[in-house]
Amino acid sequence: MTNIEKYTQAFVNAFGVDAESAKALKYQDIPAWDSVGHMGLIAQLEEQFGIMMEPDDIVDLSSFEKGKDILATKYGVEF
Amino acid sequence: MNDLTEFFESGPYSWDRAKKSARLLAKLGELTEWHLEHCEPYRRILDHLGVDVAAINRYEDIPFLPVPVFKTMELRSITSESVFKTLTSSGTTGQAVSRIYLDRETASMQQKTLVKIVSSFTSASRLPMLIIDSPSVIKDRKMFSARGAGILGFSMFGVDRTYALNDEMKINVAAIEQFLERHSNERILLFGFTFMIWQFFYKELLKLSGSKERFDFSKGVLIHGGGWKKLANEAVSPAEFKDRLELVCGLTDIHDYYGMVEQTGAIYMQCECGHLHASNFSDVLIRRGSDFSLCGSGERGIVQVVSVLPYSYPGHSLLTQDEGTVLGEDDCPCGRKGKYFVIHGRLKNAEVRGCSDTFERK
Repeated sequence: MTNIEKYTQAFVNAFGVDAESAKALKYQDIPAWDSVGHMGLIAQLEEQFGIMMEPDDIVDLSSFEKGKDILATKYGVEF
Repeated sequence: MNDLTEFFESGPYSWDRAKKSARLLAKLGELTEWHLEHCEPYRRILDHLGVDVAAINRYEDIPFLPVPVFKTMELRSITSESVFKTLTSSGTTGQAVSRIYLDRETASMQQKTLVKIVSSFTSASRLPMLIIDSPSVIKDRKMFSARGAGILGFSMFGVDRTYALNDEMKINVAAIEQFLERHSNERILLFGFTFMIWQFFYKELLKLSGSKERFDFSKGVLIHGGGWKKLANEAVSPAEFKDRLELVCGLTDIHDYYGMVEQTGAIYMQCECGHLHASNFSDVLIRRGSDFSLCGSGERGIVQVVSVLPYSYPGHSLLTQDEGTVLGEDDCPCGRKGKYFVIHGRLKNAEVRGCSDTFERK
């Protein structure tokens, strides 16, 4: 799997959405991405990429796009 | 937009009185203007009080709202479409519910502030986390209790989050044993509410302590909040709470915190010397019940809290229903700047009703 596939899969697993709708998602757009769902997403991302995110980055990850930025700039994940 | 850049760029306890007062005056003054312009009921209250906002030259003179107004009035400074989340709290008795309206930005600032404050105590990296509660507190995702919300707010400091109690509020010995095995030589974070820890964790550990089941939490840091009201009924003092926990499971790094849903994020953490501390983001002022004038250092009175975070609702200056005493400022032996204080508990009902009435009479 490429990194973008792994990244998208984390959203699919965490929220039960399809890959296409995952790409437009923002925090709280859907009931599944609430504060509980958010920690589930973080767990998925950490598992997919073998990283541990800092609390600040967990707070900042407010959309699909924003999360890509954070992983790319802070955790060296290339998309 | 509520620009808090300079607050986030400094260590959370780095400003002395001179620096902090200037910044609080500027920011809280700005927030007062913002709310006056964008929250009609807030403007009416200030008009009613006859406050000349332009003449205020110290942040201590910024008017305060009594916390119960959030139960009786819908107070927000953003359009209803911008409301991202509504926090509610029922207080201690089953009265009306406080409603705090948040936009995305305010909610995010609250979380960032919490991170800034708490990680200065736990270290920047996340720790294996044992939650002293039952997983059922966050099962109903639509309607969290204050406990559930607190647990979620602190969840981002933890990894391998494990609940110490099961759904029946019984201690889950197997889960705790396995958790400790997985993290035998690591620093761990324990989090929970004061009363729950005492009732469902400490008391059970005490029963187990005679047997071979003795847990070793000497590498743990415990953060707990939620107040002492229920424990006061059991005549447990904060000092005794600490001593007894150490005795039964070796915990020594224990921090209480003071905070409220009306000013989420800017919590007051207890330092190694047992004092609650105001961070750069907020402050406490103690007032006399008789005329609301400011108390001197060491004098007991009603706690007012100010915070630079409330932007979507006019909660930047609030009179609580708690009694407290400021012990000092900038000179706590722990090295943190800012005021340090103790909370004595809730005021008696009569006094509280007295001060909120002032604002309800139109």
